[in-house]
Amino acid sequence: MGETAAGAAKAAPAKVKVSLLELFLVFLKIGAISFGGGVVAYLRNTLVREKKWFDDDEFLEMTSISNTLPGLNATNIAILAGDRLVGTMGASLALLGICLPAFIFMTAAGVAYSDAHARPYATAGLRGVAAAAVGLLASTWFQIGKKSLKGVYDALFVLAAVMGINYFKLGVPVVLLVVGGVAIITYRPHVKPEPPAEEEDQWIRSLH
Amino acid sequence: MDQIPALIRVFSYLSLLTIGGGMAAFPEMKVLVVHSHHWLTEEQLIHVYSTGQMSPGPNMMMVAEIGQIVSGPFGALVCALAFFVPTGILTFGVGRLWRRLQGWPWRDSIQKGLGTVAIGLAIGGLITFGKSAITGWIPVLLALVTFVALNRSKVNPIWFILGSGVIGVFALR
Repeated sequence: MGETAAGAAKAAPAKVKVSLLELFLVFLKIGAISFGGGVVAYLRNTLVREKKWFDDDEFLEMTSISNTLPGLNATNIAILAGDRLVGTMGASLALLGICLPAFIFMTAAGVAYSDAHARPYATAGLRGVAAAAVGLLASTWFQIGKKSLKGVYDALFVLAAVMGINYFKLGVPVVLLVVGGVAIITYRPHVKPEPPAEEEDQWIRSLH
Repeated sequence: MDQIPALIRVFSYLSLLTIGGGMAAFPEMKVLVVHSHHWLTEEQLIHVYSTGQMSPGPNMMMVAEIGQIVSGPFGALVCALAFFVPTGILTFGVGRLWRRLQGWPWRDSIQKGLGTVAIGLAIGGLITFGKSAITGWIPVLLALVTFVALNRSKVNPIWFILGSGVIGVFALR
């Protein structure tokens, strides 16, 4: 929140003029080239670094909204970014753009699979792909965990959720309700261990 | 065609479970797609999910492949819409509300609480997935190599996915 001039200029990057066509094409391109998972990284590269439509803080904010809500981060960020840039139509077209290539790819895969699933080569290849997918997803979540899990409570809630799903077979809604509920109450406002500096500022300001 | 209403029900429900990412919904997806509706076998579901990892864009578009296999192109479209539109509308609404909630202290509590549980849900989903996907020592090796390599370098994961596919063709038949 330092450099006020730059901060003020960056505060409203949504004022950037973006046409619906450009918006659609940008998200279509991300949807078409973002191989290997990690679409969020592609989004950040394009929206923040290349196009400069958002600054880092805004992108981080959209990422955390996306994380908290159901739906994939990639599509949620597309919707939020599209809405902030052009409004409702922007949100719709960003979602369509980022989804369209994958939709074509996966539908074609379905046609090929229905045709070929009895063939041993496809099955064998997909067994290898599945194994690598386990490694990829494990590394993704390992990285996220390493970055965002701090302290005993965090570890306990993760463990409780894993146990709920895999050992007690409770299903996601129950785990969300129970473990999520307890977690939210544990992290309730006044016992929050280290409020981010910005929040603290607001809190201090509110005292005056 | 008679499966369309069930596809809509199942995939719009599953989409609501994808807190933090698609993996959270995998255990429930397995129950519904394999055991309740018999749309795919467990092995086929693993194949389709894995194909999603090869796709650009949102990997969970693999739901379209399930729709295609069950009901053709219309099934694919229905699954994609059922999976992406309801949560999309929710995100759209909350996105507009979010700024107004800025001073609300519980906003951060909810974010932190759900974010933490989401990691557990993803690991839980991954364990379910891994149990079906890892059969034998070659897959164990492929998964381990991918895991270690991706943690140590910034190589695009797609090369490991494709490379393991090629190795699979020769070694896992």
